[in-house]
Amino acid sequence: MGIFSLPALVLLAAFVGFAGFAREVGLSLAETAFMVPLIWALPSHVLLVDGMVSGASILVVAAAVALASVRMMPMVMALMPEMRAEKTPRTVLFLVSHFVAVTAWVVAMARLRDIPRDMRVAWFAGLGLALSGGCTLVAVTVYLLAATMPPLISGALFFLTPIYFLTSLWASARVRAEHYAMVMGLVLGPLFHLIWPEADVLIAGVLGGALAYGLHRFLQRRGDAG
Amino acid sequence: MTYASIDAAWWPYLFILLAGWLPTEMWRWAGVWFSGSIDEESEILVFIRALATALVAAVIARLILFPTGNLADLPVWLRAGSAAIGFFVFLSAGRRPIYGIVTAEILLLSGGAMI
Repeated sequence: MGIFSLPALVLLAAFVGFAGFAREVGLSLAETAFMVPLIWALPSHVLLVDGMVSGASILVVAAAVALASVRMMPMVMALMPEMRAEKTPRTVLFLVSHFVAVTAWVVAMARLRDIPRDMRVAWFAGLGLALSGGCTLVAVTVYLLAATMPPLISGALFFLTPIYFLTSLWASARVRAEHYAMVMGLVLGPLFHLIWPEADVLIAGVLGGALAYGLHRFLQRRGDAG
Repeated sequence: MTYASIDAAWWPYLFILLAGWLPTEMWRWAGVWFSGSIDEESEILVFIRALATALVAAVIARLILFPTGNLADLPVWLRAGSAAIGFFVFLSAGRRPIYGIVTAEILLLSGGAMI
């Protein structure tokens, strides 16, 4: 099953990191356990927690989370034709779409074709429940254990979150524009943090993303001309 | 209005619903709704992916350079250096995240233990 695959193990490690991060910045256990399966998208979790503890306005946080989650739309769009059978009601598709997140999506895109069509929705719901349930359990366990850990270990757990994204985001990029965007975000994020800490992530994301897209188009056009 | 501005037991959960769950879930619903009617390779979606990537990258850099808690006690050169070398190993090892993650963590832990 997908839950014991390498992507699933990396995902579990990421939630080990997230639990360490949430505890470290002062989120309660109940808040952490509530948001893991409810939101089920690690970038949203990290942006949300970061916004909560940095004192950002709820609108700024929601805008940052919304911008970071737009990628869910094309992912769901790509998955739906693979998943639905002729008579699958749309309501069911709306419900199971909740489980779409990077890891479940990657596993599903690779395995769905081997599942009989009328069982695909059920298979994907099972995968989603297993992954989100497993990650919630891991997050709760780590949160509780973290109190007894030496400071260096809990610092290393926190460090898992950025390093997980640094590598997996680069690996999952499909077009050049995303690699440019990553470099822009890495540079502009800390820069705007020094200039305007209340909305740094939002501004760095919008500006960096727009610059990266512009660069991508510019180079593409030059490539066409040459 | 911020997370700290209302002192009630329900407020953190409402905040999580409004600022975390709704802005994430709505795109999943939109994906179901529009499936079959927008081209996945369209330029607008490339632009959107660039925005989303830059946004997460901004958070990554901030968590490494300006962390909170115990990670902040480790020097910035150790945090940034471990991440950079981990990323390099990730690239050299066929872009498999696990190698980069393990390398960066080993470097951070051994550096931290020596200080």
